[in-house]
Amino acid sequence: MAKVIVITSGKGGVGKTTTSAAFAAGLALRGHKTVVIDFDVGLRNLDLVMGCERRVVFDFINVINGDANLNQALIKDKRHDNLFIFPTSQTRDKNALKREGVERVMEELKQQFDYIICDSPAGIEHGAITALYFADSAVIVTNPEVSSVRDSDRIIGILASKSRRAERNEPAVDVHLLLTRYDPARVAKGEMLAVEDVKEILSIPLLGVIPESESVLRASNTGTPVVFDEESPAGRAYVDAVARFLGETREMRFVKPERRSFFRALFGKA
Amino acid sequence: MAFFRSFFRSRPTSAQVAKERLKIVLAHERASSRAPDFVPILQKELLAVVGRYVEISDDMIRVTLGNSGDTSLLEINIEIEGGKLKTGGGQALSPAV
Repeated sequence: MAKVIVITSGKGGVGKTTTSAAFAAGLALRGHKTVVIDFDVGLRNLDLVMGCERRVVFDFINVINGDANLNQALIKDKRHDNLFIFPTSQTRDKNALKREGVERVMEELKQQFDYIICDSPAGIEHGAITALYFADSAVIVTNPEVSSVRDSDRIIGILASKSRRAERNEPAVDVHLLLTRYDPARVAKGEMLAVEDVKEILSIPLLGVIPESESVLRASNTGTPVVFDEESPAGRAYVDAVARFLGETREMRFVKPERRSFFRALFGKA
Repeated sequence: MAFFRSFFRSRPTSAQVAKERLKIVLAHERASSRAPDFVPILQKELLAVVGRYVEISDDMIRVTLGNSGDTSLLEINIEIEGGKLKTGGGQALSPAV
């Protein structure tokens, strides 16, 4: 049975699209047929992060409105056979995502895929609610920073009350915390909330910690999900998070400050 | 260095301040978001009942649901100071109620 995972946060700019791209690619690398859907109608960006912006012909809204069929709109990733991208539309009509239409498309996707990743827009408006409505699991992307933690708490509450599972009194959406842009050196100095603090405040299970890393910007610059960069600490942390999601136990890496070598300290390179 | 600084200075780090502030604001927001929907209805019905005996306006009844330690506290404040007793409606009540 296909599983629907929403990548959400409430707050903008915390790394939802980066995470959606990395998570979808990570699941594909593990042999699962995966599609990643952009729910941010009007502010399409997943196509850029996935590097397929020039291949978009039809989009989510075209399929909902019946102007195109699903297989015309799905973009097959060039790096991996199991990975597909479902871009959204650039329309300014905020209510283009009609729930019945989305439901029909989701049912159709479930026939073809193992995992359906929903990249939520920021906020708690229509788009964000539609993105989380059909979810079986949720990845709450949070930065170790007060406004992000507060908004995550809010979105966890909304998942518990407004999702389809909540409305139908089915088992709750299982929520996971993914802490991104983590800087262990600043945590050690008491300048940044520690992973234990955020876990304690939000009281949801921790899926992974993604360290602040130059490779994330490099990945989006080139339109490559960061998990394809095997040298990247962030990429490796995402691979670990995907493995934990699939039920494996893996030790948390990149949560302690790296020892700076003499040469690095000398030349001031991070 | 950080260790010595924190050893000699009792001032909390900014991360500790952030954690405390978040705990307080989220405790408050979670309590208010979980407030059951019956509070405004209860307030309206109380207003109707009390209004049968005493002349009363909307702002004279306040219903709040809060927490005090582990116990939930339903607080109902009805102000009838200056409210006139209604004649003929129901059983007369002592104004001291």
